[in-house]
Amino acid sequence: MVITRKVEFSASHICRNPDLSDEDNRRLFGPAANPHGHGHNYVLEVSVEGRPDPVTGMILDLKELKDLLDREVVHPYDHRFLNYEVPPFDRVIPTAENVARDIWRRLEPHLSGGGRHLRLVRLYETPDLYVDYLGE
Amino acid sequence: MFRVTRRYQFAASHRLHTPLLSEEENQRVYGKCCQPYGHGHNYVVEVSARGPLDAVSGRAVDPRLLDCLVDRHVLRPFDHSNLNAQVDSFRRVVPTSENLGVEICRRLKANWSTVFAGDWPRLEKVRIEETPRNIFEVKADEIE
Repeated sequence: MVITRKVEFSASHICRNPDLSDEDNRRLFGPAANPHGHGHNYVLEVSVEGRPDPVTGMILDLKELKDLLDREVVHPYDHRFLNYEVPPFDRVIPTAENVARDIWRRLEPHLSGGGRHLRLVRLYETPDLYVDYLGE
Repeated sequence: MFRVTRRYQFAASHRLHTPLLSEEENQRVYGKCCQPYGHGHNYVVEVSARGPLDAVSGRAVDPRLLDCLVDRHVLRPFDHSNLNAQVDSFRRVVPTSENLGVEICRRLKANWSTVFAGDWPRLEKVRIEETPRNIFEVKADEIE
């Protein structure tokens, strides 16, 4: 069985590879390479898979999941410029894929064991573009 | 491995009717979808591709390349069209959303290498919302 919790955060980023010229970055990333950055209202869905506890009837208390997401993702990411304020994006390009993987790495240690595990990180960069990451 | 999904929309009309059935049977099977002049939908199409991260871009899929492919082979030919009258494959095949999903998948697979030249990313699935309540999903592996 799978449960999913949804949260939102707003952040800015630049998609730019420092090893490439400005022209190559523009070709590769289009408007996302704008050196001044731009922002998104990210929507994050986190799914946890497991068996309901026989006593509580829950895989995981959704309030606990909400608090974890707030602490590990929303608090560090929300209203931040990812490249300048949120490691590892000082050296990793904050594409939706890399952001989804970073979120997985932040959450996974807290969601292992107890008969449950992190199943899916789905990150909407816009309502029309989202990335799913299911682990390595 | 990552799955990247892009959401697109087009508006089109269709009529569900097959010459393989009598008029009475068509009415029974397709009901109001069989009205002789057809009807339309705002179709929403989600296209999902999967792949590993590209080391230079930090992305698994370049959404702008996917947009080019979908625009050329799906949105431009289908948007504001009558599917039965204007899309060749639906002259012989009923344009149900099952068949529409198969046709979109087939077009994307056939032209995939024109924008994605390497082994990755690969088309994974196409999901169609005919209306917000009627949803169809076709896996690329299911299509020739």
